[in-house]
Amino acid sequence: MASTDVATGKLERHGLTDEQLRAIFRNMLLQRQLDNRGFQLNRQGKVPFALGSEGHEALQAGAAMAFNRGVDVLAPYYRDLGLCLGIGLTPYEIMLSIFARAADHNGGRQFPNHYSSKAAGLMSFSSILAAHLPHAVGAAYAIKYRGETERAVLATCGDGTTSEGEWHESMNFAAVHKLPFVMLVENNEWAISTPLAKQMAEPQIWKRAAGYGMPGRRFNGFDPIETYAAVKEAMDRARSGGGPALVEGTCYRYLAHSTDDNDMTYRTHEAVAERRKQDPVPAFEAVLLEHGVMSAADVTAMRKSVLDETNEATDAAEAQPYPAPADLYAHIYEGAWQPWQS
Amino acid sequence: MAVVSANSTVMNNVEAVRATLYEALKSDDRTLIIGEDVGARGNVFLITKDFIDEFGPRRIIDTPIAEASIVGIAVGMAMEGLRPIAEIQFADFIYPSFNQIVGEAAKTRYRSNGEYTCPMVIRTPYGGGVRGALSHSVCIEALFYHVPGLKIVAPAFPADVKGLLNAAIDDPDPVLFLEHKKTYRLIKGEVPEGHYTIPLGKANVLKEGKQLSVVSYGLYVHWALEAARTLEAEGFSVEVIDLRSIRPMDKTAILTSVEKTRRLLVIHEDNKFGGIGAEISAMVAEEALFHLDAPIRRLCGPDVPAMGYALPLEEEFMSSPAEMAGAMRELIAF
Repeated sequence: MASTDVATGKLERHGLTDEQLRAIFRNMLLQRQLDNRGFQLNRQGKVPFALGSEGHEALQAGAAMAFNRGVDVLAPYYRDLGLCLGIGLTPYEIMLSIFARAADHNGGRQFPNHYSSKAAGLMSFSSILAAHLPHAVGAAYAIKYRGETERAVLATCGDGTTSEGEWHESMNFAAVHKLPFVMLVENNEWAISTPLAKQMAEPQIWKRAAGYGMPGRRFNGFDPIETYAAVKEAMDRARSGGGPALVEGTCYRYLAHSTDDNDMTYRTHEAVAERRKQDPVPAFEAVLLEHGVMSAADVTAMRKSVLDETNEATDAAEAQPYPAPADLYAHIYEGAWQPWQS
Repeated sequence: MAVVSANSTVMNNVEAVRATLYEALKSDDRTLIIGEDVGARGNVFLITKDFIDEFGPRRIIDTPIAEASIVGIAVGMAMEGLRPIAEIQFADFIYPSFNQIVGEAAKTRYRSNGEYTCPMVIRTPYGGGVRGALSHSVCIEALFYHVPGLKIVAPAFPADVKGLLNAAIDDPDPVLFLEHKKTYRLIKGEVPEGHYTIPLGKANVLKEGKQLSVVSYGLYVHWALEAARTLEAEGFSVEVIDLRSIRPMDKTAILTSVEKTRRLLVIHEDNKFGGIGAEISAMVAEEALFHLDAPIRRLCGPDVPAMGYALPLEEEFMSSPAEMAGAMRELIAF
């Protein structure tokens, strides 16, 4: 967890202000609350599916702090709630996605967690792993082609996606063209039921960077400050013409893959409980308390505001209408459409 | 390229593609070409020859050999505001990019509820008759015409190549642009000068007739025309329709013709089973069955994986103008 400078006894904050540290912590609390809410709504029979990123909170809240809103582009995957909140999506937008309402950015078409927002620079993506990475590289090419300095693309994926061919193709092309592209791997050690040892013989994914001719780095993704520092360094380099980088954050998937998965068929309660000792949420709370960034009362108040906001977002989104059946036929092409022209 | 009049030039299909791409690059700097060997090599058919000298390597992008990302990177460019023209060197190599075309490009607008769009062209040479063997001869259109979100064009004549490629480049949605390789240098024709477009989804009645409607596209349009002229010399009257676009497809042109001639023959090189002809036949059966005086007939590629390299295997796969004429005679005599 976040390190203390031995000489001064102060927190190694890598330039983050108290306000930013509190924003990171609030993002982490919000992620957990919204994740829980999605699972609760599923158990209540109100939504058919939910998917959580518990264990990724620090990594995502820290990485999002290195993203320049309104400037950079984010190409995330489906376990990136915290990143999407961190670049500006609201709990209401998240709940619209969970409830598949008409006002959702995707009009209720996509699974929950498949966020998209052109205004936020959040690229639309499918459930097909690694298919979004060539898109991220293409966006980075466009940014460089137009000479837009100070912009970069932050692309993310889990460890599982690094086995896909398009992961390799994207890394290679980004390196050949020295694109403003940062590949952030959230290594939670599981590809649904398949552990790292069955995915790759070399579990240190960051080492592949050398093979592409780009810098690579691994960081502790349970620590939001270390995450921020690693991602910021890579994004700053990319923005200033220094080319792409591979950054790998270690984390853990505490929940099953989704509400449709039973992780006890491939791992044990004991094994997960052991890793819960690393839980980044209480750990970061302790750091903030220790260094006086927040008081216990502040934390209590923040937890309450996060719960209130989640409740309000849940109620507001649930009250929204579903898309109309006729919406099925919209946005296939520009304008009205029939395959038979007459 | 010989100038035949002040307003048009005779070109073959390679020259028509090349001239159209050149003008697109000249007129809009959002346009780039991305593919294998499109730079110094100038494309394997020399379509982009010397482009890299004029437009530079930032716009004429030689990619690694990686078809999935050729299309995928173009999707990302399009989502971020460019107008990429991706090239798959041979249509047979398009399979690694299947998901990027079907799962991504075709669904970008839909899945984002219209927030993101994917205005891009994927050009690729397809088709046989050139001793292309199993992996340089296939027709791929049936694999993609099932997919809402895509448009598919397969012109046969140089003037249509230009008008339809311009329309594809201007189109706000992804277009798969199929170029029949055997027509590349075989087919020449007058191409009007200046910028023009031909709407996607409009067929062209190449030859009017009274006794039979023949619907085709690509190389076989030329052979069907040859066969129709043979029949004309025998005293028959055959109408030949060049679809030009496969998705969308021109229902009006097909039905208008069939209601007049009361007989329909669909000819295509792609496999018969589940091919374009099946959809046309079903549509005509649904909408014009009682106008027909004879069963709908399809003359198409056989249900084999591809045409072999050996000449007899290729010839057995392809339908000749003589076979087309035979099918026309049989259907008229029914």
